[in-house]
Amino acid sequence: MKILVPISKVPDTTSKIAFIENNTKFNPDGVTFIMNPTDEWYALVRAIELKEKQGGEVVVIHVGGAETEQIIRKALAIGADKAVRVDADPTDAYFVATQIANHAKTENYDLIITGKETIDYNSFEIGGMVAELLDIPAVALVSKLEVENGVATLKREIEGGTETVEVKLPLLVGAEKDLAVARIPNMKGIMSARTKPLTVVAAAGTDKLTTVVNYALPEKAKQCKYVSPDNVGELVRLLHEEAKVI
Amino acid sequence: MAVLSFVEIADGKIKKASVEAAYYGSKVAESLGTDSIALVIGEAPADLLATLGQVGVKKVVQANNARFNSFDSKLYTKIVAQAAAESGATVVVLSFNNNGKLLAPRLSVKLKAGYVPGAVELPVFNGNTAVVKKNVFSGKASAEYQVATDVKVISVNPNSLPPIKGTASAEVVQITPTVADTDFTTVVKGVDKITGTIPLTEAELVVSAGRGLKGPENWGMIEELARDMGAATACSRAVADVDWRPHHEHVGQTGLTIRPNLYIAVGISGAIQHLAGVNGSKVIVVINTDPEAPFFKAADYGIVGDAFQVVPKLIEEYMKFKNAH
Repeated sequence: MKILVPISKVPDTTSKIAFIENNTKFNPDGVTFIMNPTDEWYALVRAIELKEKQGGEVVVIHVGGAETEQIIRKALAIGADKAVRVDADPTDAYFVATQIANHAKTENYDLIITGKETIDYNSFEIGGMVAELLDIPAVALVSKLEVENGVATLKREIEGGTETVEVKLPLLVGAEKDLAVARIPNMKGIMSARTKPLTVVAAAGTDKLTTVVNYALPEKAKQCKYVSPDNVGELVRLLHEEAKVI
Repeated sequence: MAVLSFVEIADGKIKKASVEAAYYGSKVAESLGTDSIALVIGEAPADLLATLGQVGVKKVVQANNARFNSFDSKLYTKIVAQAAAESGATVVVLSFNNNGKLLAPRLSVKLKAGYVPGAVELPVFNGNTAVVKKNVFSGKASAEYQVATDVKVISVNPNSLPPIKGTASAEVVQITPTVADTDFTTVVKGVDKITGTIPLTEAELVVSAGRGLKGPENWGMIEELARDMGAATACSRAVADVDWRPHHEHVGQTGLTIRPNLYIAVGISGAIQHLAGVNGSKVIVVINTDPEAPFFKAADYGIVGDAFQVVPKLIEEYMKFKNAH
């Protein structure tokens, strides 16, 4: 089975968020970048588990500059077999999805597994776009994935529960918590990652559909109004009369 | 010209998130001086669909066929794209809910339409260009997306724009989309619903608790408060990980993201990963013994005190309030 895992680079959760160039760009100064958690913990690890069980190959693809190589090497250290980096600035989701789909078109993957969303834009755009560009089925928010005889059985989140579905491969999956248990790269993995193939390719086309014209931080930190534990009735009054939420 | 909203039915009702999407669509249609049309895929009673008129929908188009009843992202993309083309829609609105999150980006590609995921406000138009605000960096900032394509796709973050309902009724029209057998890709084998509780992502009031409760046996008062208030229950990752509470209750960066009107956090310190899942809530109440708990910085109201004393009092006071109103 051939599996493709697109990985994204995001600021670490605890990063201080700031913007530059008249609030049109994220300020990367002093920010630690990591592999997007759901890409790493669930998508990548489930891909590796399926390969270990059934044979095949796991390829990671990333759209970004050379400075992201450390993140790609980490994916290889966790257990991906090879990597592709599309050398371009990931300007919008459509552009990134196009790059991933272009690569996928030439390789006939059985499965493409992405994380459920990135922790920077919180969107889950790439998965759906890649599936449509390739005209293949897709299932998102997946917490369970098994593959047998070319058919995937998946558990996906619905409002107030889960749904089990069957879909024939090729298929795109959006990985959610519980799909796999995160792995920490071991020494052997780290050593072998250095020599695993990492191909750098140029971007194709420049088409994009959206532009972020302005970023903003919340106006001011909230001011917490304290209520005495001996006067809980006051909280109920405030929630009703002031906040108007009950 | 028209604005088309995608509306889902579940358990014989229009999903709350879909009512919001339809309302958002109607507001966009109003600002563009055009009609608000809603699309429903699959079977549903016409009198139920007509109620979409209450949120400004003029016409409901329905692909009324049992074959279309279960969600299939490939099939639905094709049907929505056809309905958008037939109605001349320039804006397609969906909810940023479980299905919308997958359907919307597919539609963006199919229609070559710029897509704004998880809008929190109405778009601002300047000629053919729209600017739409969404939250980014797990709610730590917002971004304005500019979209200049002829057709635009917007998914709306749940609980962003509470619908104001009127009394109008929408016209319901049947449509027959052209689909092939190969468009049906997803076979539903089973559904596992958590019964008797309010789905967390749709709840307007949420009562949540964490490690401060010391053990799973102490959740009775949290459940009681939630039941009395008509709220859903949630929990922090720490307690889901040790199986004090089920995983589907876990809110935070790796769990669910919710935006209720009121989020009451009991015995949760408020690590940044937890806040990422709840900081879109309109009002946050924090109850914690530790005055230094970081959650108080994100709270609107706080009580520094012992949950085992404060929560029973809160139940008592809430019931007094409820009986008086």
